[in-house]
Amino acid sequence: MAITVKTMPRPETESSYVRATLKGMALTFRHLLAPKWTMQYPEQTSAPDWKLSPRWRGTHRMAVDEAGKAKCVACGLCPQVCPANCIKLIPGEDEKGNRYPLVYEIDEFRCVFCGYCQEVCPEEAIHVGVHYENAEYSRDAFVYDLERLMRQPHPVSTLWDPSDPKGE
Amino acid sequence: MSPVTGSAFFWTSVVKILIVFGGILSLVAFWTWVERRGAGWIQNRLGPNRVGPEGLLQPAADGLKNFLKEETLPPFADRFVFLLAPVMAFVPALITFAVVPFASPLPTPWGLVSPAIADLPVGFLYILAISSLGVYGVVLAGWSSNNKYSLLGGLRGSAQLISYEVSMGLSAVAVLVLAGNITMNEIVARQQHSVWFVLPLSVAFLTFLIASFAETNRLPFDLPEAEAELIAGYHTEYSAMKFSMFYIAEYSNMVTASALMVTLFFGGWDIPFTAWDNTPPWTVLKFVATFAAFWLKVVAFLFAYVWVRWTLPRFRFDQLMDLGWKVLLPVALGYVMVIAVAVWGLGAAGVPFGLGYGLILTAVSAVLLGLLLWGLDRNRVIGGSAARQRARWLADAARQRGAA
Repeated sequence: MAITVKTMPRPETESSYVRATLKGMALTFRHLLAPKWTMQYPEQTSAPDWKLSPRWRGTHRMAVDEAGKAKCVACGLCPQVCPANCIKLIPGEDEKGNRYPLVYEIDEFRCVFCGYCQEVCPEEAIHVGVHYENAEYSRDAFVYDLERLMRQPHPVSTLWDPSDPKGE
Repeated sequence: MSPVTGSAFFWTSVVKILIVFGGILSLVAFWTWVERRGAGWIQNRLGPNRVGPEGLLQPAADGLKNFLKEETLPPFADRFVFLLAPVMAFVPALITFAVVPFASPLPTPWGLVSPAIADLPVGFLYILAISSLGVYGVVLAGWSSNNKYSLLGGLRGSAQLISYEVSMGLSAVAVLVLAGNITMNEIVARQQHSVWFVLPLSVAFLTFLIASFAETNRLPFDLPEAEAELIAGYHTEYSAMKFSMFYIAEYSNMVTASALMVTLFFGGWDIPFTAWDNTPPWTVLKFVATFAAFWLKVVAFLFAYVWVRWTLPRFRFDQLMDLGWKVLLPVALGYVMVIAVAVWGLGAAGVPFGLGYGLILTAVSAVLLGLLLWGLDRNRVIGGSAARQRARWLADAARQRGAA
């Protein structure tokens, strides 16, 4: 048996190429004169009706405490959870028994910006940032060390909250 | 003042060739910019606006890029024809313009200079002959690339151009019947002494307009290069300046087709509502004014090309063939007969050629145009395979009802 194809016949009295063409021409001409949406990026980085989402996940930032030290306690959860294996953490311990990161590096080239590190961090130390201008002249410069992560000035991401899925 | 002769004729021709060649190429370059800005504006974007003021130097940057890019030569291509094809597309596109008069005659110390490069007595036949040669560029490019997409593009190009060439020629026959001549200057003069032929020959203008969109491979008739289906169609394998030549050929064809529509239907270099511009003595001022009028009309048509391109979607191939053979050809053919009979009747009735003559034909054509649009309107004529499918579907349903 031949395959039956369902055809949707168009209403003959309503379909008109002539009228549809003229309508389309009028529409495009209106758009030709309409105000433009383009934001001229390097000169103009924001517009009244455009901003980055507060949930944007960009390059990382390490939070610092009042003394200016990284909040990280080198628990090792972020390298554990990282699906891209891009966090390098070597923990150290001072004389009072406080743990701190001896080495904390994030390879932003390997990073998939999932935000799990921020989600898992018990000290709210590591964050993904609301930021996208990351250009560098060399590949090495994309490995951010601890000082650099602490220096980042941009705002941090408010991740997706399951109890408030629409961000209200 | 008598026309220029001898060596003055030679040198004025050389100057005219240089001016028209340079002018068309600059207009083509400018129009690639207009196309891209227009596309942007229609899509609520800005379009290229970085290189130079308002992006006006963008064509120069593109040209430089195309000069510096690598010329690819596929090892599987037919080398000679592959190299010949861009030239075959490029040359006819440019030389078609040679017979189009673009202003009133210019008085010079050596005599009166005719506004067209070559004031051929067989002007219109020359245009039909040369503009059809352009298809060789498309077909040879598609074939010699030895690539299935290119070949399909070339085949589509040839089928499309042959189909629409017929109705284009037939709709132009109506103009020739009314003008009584095939010299471009005479066609313009006849319009100056009556009305622009777009009014008495509105149906012919419509068919000519549609056919010229098809002839220039522009949307909605860009099947030879249909990006979504054929990558880039016949010029898939071309790069750098060879690709650029196809591009320039496309835009030059647009300029020539616009100039033709202006000359045949919109009075050529005539300025409407005044006889000042088309009566001797010829002056430089008249030359400049009519020159501006001509190019203004051409630019208006060129804008229509851009506007239509960014509005209408591409035809399916069977729709293209349906429109060409089942609508445009009968319409153009029937219209030539009607016009021939009307011209014969007016001649027999002794109506002198002039404004009244034009207005009578305008009334006849307006009725025919109304009927044509009414016919096209309700999906009666240009149904394509969807309408055939619908007829089959209805017949099936009727059969099933009969069986039950």
